[in-house]
Amino acid sequence: MLLIHCPHCGARDETEFVSGGEAHLKRPALDVSDAAWADYLFLRANPRGALNERWHHLYGCRRWFHVTRDTVSHAITAIYPIDETPAGKA
Amino acid sequence: MKTRYSALALLRHALSGNRHWPQAWRSPEPRDRYDVVIVGGGGHGLAAAYYLAKRHGITNVAVLEKGWIGGGNTGRNTTIVRSDYYYPASAALFDHSVSLYERLSRELNFNIMFSQRGMLTVAHSRGEVDFQRRLVNGMALSGVDMEMLSAADVRRIAPYLNYAPGARYPILGGMRQRRAGTVRHDAVVWGYARAADRLGVDIIQNCAVTGIDRDPASGVVTGVRTTRGTIATTKLGLAVAGHSTMLADMAGFRLPLTSYALQAFVSEPLKPVLDTIVSSAQLGIYVSQSDKGGLVMGGNADPYASYAQRGSIPNAEAVAAGLVEFIPAFSRVRLLRQWAGIVDYAHDSSPILGNSPVPGIVLNCGWGGGGFKAIPAGGEAFAHTLATGAPHPLARAFSLDRFRDLALVDEAAAAGISH
Repeated sequence: MLLIHCPHCGARDETEFVSGGEAHLKRPALDVSDAAWADYLFLRANPRGALNERWHHLYGCRRWFHVTRDTVSHAITAIYPIDETPAGKA
Repeated sequence: MKTRYSALALLRHALSGNRHWPQAWRSPEPRDRYDVVIVGGGGHGLAAAYYLAKRHGITNVAVLEKGWIGGGNTGRNTTIVRSDYYYPASAALFDHSVSLYERLSRELNFNIMFSQRGMLTVAHSRGEVDFQRRLVNGMALSGVDMEMLSAADVRRIAPYLNYAPGARYPILGGMRQRRAGTVRHDAVVWGYARAADRLGVDIIQNCAVTGIDRDPASGVVTGVRTTRGTIATTKLGLAVAGHSTMLADMAGFRLPLTSYALQAFVSEPLKPVLDTIVSSAQLGIYVSQSDKGGLVMGGNADPYASYAQRGSIPNAEAVAAGLVEFIPAFSRVRLLRQWAGIVDYAHDSSPILGNSPVPGIVLNCGWGGGGFKAIPAGGEAFAHTLATGAPHPLARAFSLDRFRDLALVDEAAAAGISH
């Protein structure tokens, strides 16, 4: 069981949350090619190791935030607001 | 020494105390060069090696396995073989696979113990009954042997399900595929490994790939670096399920896949109680009974990306709760073991079969939780592309290009049960 520290509610069980997958995806410009559009829709980082993700506290405050999680150990090494990147304010 | 397995061989070896059975396959040192190298000694990789040798006459083939044969997802699934897929392209591929499984024991001279005990999927609401009717009619048009069942039919076939008057999930009907069944999963890889080895294929265990080499000018694949040395090849097949992203990274391209843990469970052995596979999408549970008596069960994949072969506790609890709701008589059965395999899902939950963006590299991935049932057909299609460079007719819809073309085969939304 993961214990996830919601930035708004504090530590809660993983069953209150939904993973939204890879974070910091950039929507391409309107004149994008079919191939680049498909890449945006379907290609996701799938590392064996640290991954920046969006999580949703669906059965809590219903707000989104960012999590850096290891996909092997599941250890959460960073939690940061939805409008920030790992480097700071977006 | 090569022994053909038969009743006579059993008798002969019994008389000599079973001390002289030969090894089922060799453990050769890797050579410097092969015509085809397949990464991943699971079902799809070994089946492809067998069909390359048997059907295409290509025997200078190596299968590289980082662990041991049967130690990956082929030994971690819940052994179910079925073809109840909605879209015609999927139905054709998976139904062909069931047909190949029906003949596989004889073809490989290895008893894979295919028990066509049928699979029953129940419906708990009027909406689900309507959905199953749509699925069954669609599958019937594709030639899959599906039948609709009334509530009375379901009760006759599976009297042990929860028919209590106040049940939270009443059973209003169901659908069934009679040709579905269970297979001894290890036997599939053992059988293909032994048969491929006899045709000259080198099966190299404990050999992890650490890099993929390409010609700097043309980009074509030239070989693989492994923990047991460098091996040159111009045809490289990747069949590594949940770890496909790592291999694609080594070769310099990306795949539209996310890896998840999919759990399975087995109970203590019981006297025979289940003579078919039973499944409920609403409860997120399916269960069958193995020949050893254990209840083999599974549910949905864990809900976040993972490479941990252990599985999440909440999901394990959900499967146990689903089982007890579905078959209350099992409430006191104890689980013996629980484990997870790492499965790779594409956006449409359909496989990726065929050429990769790198010349010479062929893909067999994206099976999600449904790879085991597809082993013979997936291996056949994989071998076809490795041998000819062209997609197999049954695999055309499953090319990597379908994402760019938005020609998805969306079994994620169509399937009656999670897979």
